[in-house]
Amino acid sequence: MSNKPISTTSEWTFELLQEYDDAIAAIADSYRLSTYPNQIEVINSEQMLDAYASSGMPINYHHWSFGKHFISMENSYKRGHMGLAYEIVINSDPCIAYLMEENSMCMQALVIAHASYGHNSFFKNNYLFKTWTDASSIIDYLLFARNFIAQCEERHGVDEVESLLDACHALMNYGVDRYKRPYPLSIQEEQTRQQEREAHLQQQVNELWKTIPVKEAEETTRAHPVFPSEPQENLLYFIEKSAPLLEPWQREVVRIVRKVAQYLYPQRQTKVMNEGWACFWHFTIVNDLYKQGLVDDGFMVEFLQHHTNVIYQPEYDSPYYSGINPYTLGFAMMQDIRRICENPTEEDREWFPDIADSDWLTTLHFAMENFKDDSFILQFLSPKVIRDLKLFTIVDDDQQDHLEVGAIHDEQGYKQVRQDLAASYNLGNIEPNIQISEVDVRGDRSLTLQHCQYNNRPLGDTTEPVMRYLHQLWKFDIKLESITDDEVVQIFHYPPRREEKSGEE
Amino acid sequence: MSNFFIDRRKNSKNKSAVNRQRFLRRHRAQIKEAVAERLRKRGITDIEGGEKIGISGKDLTEPVFQHGSGGRNTHVLPGNKEFVRGDQLPRPEGGGGQGAGEGKASNQGEGMDDFVFEISQQEFLDFLFEDMALPNLTKRQLAGNEEFKRVRAGFANQGTPNNIDVLRSMRGASARRLAMTMGKRRQLRQAEAELKTLLTTQDDSFKDRIAELEEKIAGLKRRIDAVPFLDDIDIRYRRHRKEPVPVSKAVMFCLMDVSGSMDQKTKDLAKRFFILLYLFLSRNYDKTEVVFIRHHTTAKEVDEEEFFYSRETGGTVVSSALDLMKAIVEARYPVNEWNIYGAQASDGDNWPEDCGRCIEVLGNDILPLVQYYSYVEISSRGPKPLWESYQQVLQSNPQAFAMQHITGPEDIYPVFRELFGKPLEVA
Repeated sequence: MSNKPISTTSEWTFELLQEYDDAIAAIADSYRLSTYPNQIEVINSEQMLDAYASSGMPINYHHWSFGKHFISMENSYKRGHMGLAYEIVINSDPCIAYLMEENSMCMQALVIAHASYGHNSFFKNNYLFKTWTDASSIIDYLLFARNFIAQCEERHGVDEVESLLDACHALMNYGVDRYKRPYPLSIQEEQTRQQEREAHLQQQVNELWKTIPVKEAEETTRAHPVFPSEPQENLLYFIEKSAPLLEPWQREVVRIVRKVAQYLYPQRQTKVMNEGWACFWHFTIVNDLYKQGLVDDGFMVEFLQHHTNVIYQPEYDSPYYSGINPYTLGFAMMQDIRRICENPTEEDREWFPDIADSDWLTTLHFAMENFKDDSFILQFLSPKVIRDLKLFTIVDDDQQDHLEVGAIHDEQGYKQVRQDLAASYNLGNIEPNIQISEVDVRGDRSLTLQHCQYNNRPLGDTTEPVMRYLHQLWKFDIKLESITDDEVVQIFHYPPRREEKSGEE
Repeated sequence: MSNFFIDRRKNSKNKSAVNRQRFLRRHRAQIKEAVAERLRKRGITDIEGGEKIGISGKDLTEPVFQHGSGGRNTHVLPGNKEFVRGDQLPRPEGGGGQGAGEGKASNQGEGMDDFVFEISQQEFLDFLFEDMALPNLTKRQLAGNEEFKRVRAGFANQGTPNNIDVLRSMRGASARRLAMTMGKRRQLRQAEAELKTLLTTQDDSFKDRIAELEEKIAGLKRRIDAVPFLDDIDIRYRRHRKEPVPVSKAVMFCLMDVSGSMDQKTKDLAKRFFILLYLFLSRNYDKTEVVFIRHHTTAKEVDEEEFFYSRETGGTVVSSALDLMKAIVEARYPVNEWNIYGAQASDGDNWPEDCGRCIEVLGNDILPLVQYYSYVEISSRGPKPLWESYQQVLQSNPQAFAMQHITGPEDIYPVFRELFGKPLEVA
């Protein structure tokens, strides 16, 4: 406790930021947090709004939808409906974090610990990020993408490019290989290979769609293979490679949207873990600063107030309730893992025999590195956290007249609650499972997709507009079969079939 | 630690400006409609300042594949108070909770249906006057050339030091140095080459020659060094020329009948028309002046307040106003300096004996002076005497004259568009 506090007022300066950063870095290092180098940028609120609007990307291609987000953001900010985030952090190497100039010194320190050490180490070490994103090349790639799309706009007109991007954005969530490991990005290769790829791709497509008749003898001997030979989950990839009538530049645009989708894919699946991890570390690091005497009591009071706001969880019947706060859940679970390791109860020993009494830091690192939200919850959500948050499950089955309470925070319910909560973070359940099953290569070139229903949940009313976009890319008939228990229960056509229309009328 | 801090606050903050413009561009049809709608509903004086525009949320969706309602849904919620397993609850109204996040929209005041945002006054007017043009727009040059601007006009050998063009001067100096030393450098190279070969031979017989060469080299180097780096004759000055700036000025004459037959409602309609015209003119000209002339049996130039709000009674002699307008133009607004626009609003009544004179004054005296003259008749009944006489003027002067009929406030903007729509310019 011999140290003098680094600062005693709420005003920050760049020198103080540097001093805090040094102190925080030392503590982070003692907890074996391995991070990308940090690039911390101070920005003002307008710039923060800008950053918000392009999904937090420092550069991005131009599109009206970003303008829309910007305007709605600006609106709610101006009317006071929304506060701005204190920081935005970008999964890049070096890791870019934006701090707001309005933040107090305490806030800046919290944010540095949270973003530049918490999120940063998560980006660097979590398996999803390691597999799906390439932090060192993303900025270069976005730059390439923006220039390429600007070029296309010049050559083919803004409207054309815009409508193509609209169509791609509609399918963006289906532009990711969930099972295959993607290739790392590299700007040099991207550029040198782009032309090559264009030519090659077109050739492939020509091969697929060639209409020169095959000799009869040959044709009879050859069995017609189904194309594609296996269902394709990556719709955008399939379109890029196989859509019959796209121009080469259009294929490249599809590819860009696909790559951006892939870059964002891990973030959508690790919200709870990522925020939980960052909250855990800002909390731990700032407490250590306090223990070392580097911050004073006033700082701590302000810090705790911010921290409590961040992890506040309104109850389900509160007017402020808007779903489970990922910060709360993540922070509670991370704290709980440490507790289980350090001070396990009998219950913990029974539920978590392999981590109770283990080294908490090793266990926590292991948990951060090897899981995503759904598996993390399935593995580590303890009865204590379920009790603390008083979690319960409501089952809404359209076959029943009533909603039913499926499970609550009691002995019989823990496993069920945990399973249901994990399932609600599983992207595979949240998004309808739609795959390309067949292309009528020899006939009318129509594209058939299959939707495998999850818990008998039908497709929503956005299906038709999305199919219109798909049709815009594929340019031939689209058919979408909704399947449950191996039975087709609903078929969508685009363009809509006439007899269906007359049936509705 | 390779951490570093960057202060980005000085960087531009309008990164999203392009995307915002893209958004406006995409929805330009709806925005234009909304702008026109606003204009119909509200007083035109409200145009100052930005405008709130609402766009139906339907046009803004970015659809993705989603689950619809139905099937078996499980929600996990926090903060249980009274429930135990197996409790049955009635399904809440409105199709049963659509999952956690979706209740939010209704809390946001505007809801999802209308996407409301503000456009600036500039953008508002852009949308308002898009594809409209001033008929017969000419930028007349101000005769007196009161305003000048300095434009660059090449380089000069003389000037003041503040006008020195460094790049040009250095380029000249470099060329001069090159030219003046070229011959000496060539000799120097030859001498040095010879010296080198002689030195490698190690022969004493060349001793004198070596000494001679060394002296020559030293002398050449001295002479090369003596060439000044920058000489007076190298200095170039930027030359400027004064150029007259054309100033475009417009004057707008508002003529209105204030006889007893014009009630306040009719005057309000006329006012809206005049204000719209004024906004439009002031966007196209550097300077716009307005002259208000009101008339019953006699005409009078008045200020804005009196023009719109004072009441008069009596008969109507339209030609009196036209005469006054002509007199004012002749007295104050020389035709070679000013773009003159006339706008007349009336309920169409006129003293029958005056109609012939109106045709004469307007057709022969006024139309040759003005850029454009528009007449709006505000009445709910059929054509009035003035309309019929102006029809004759229109036939003989279709380019500089236009007339339209207005019945209610919602007509003003369409009529305005009609009067100033682009095709007129082509005609």
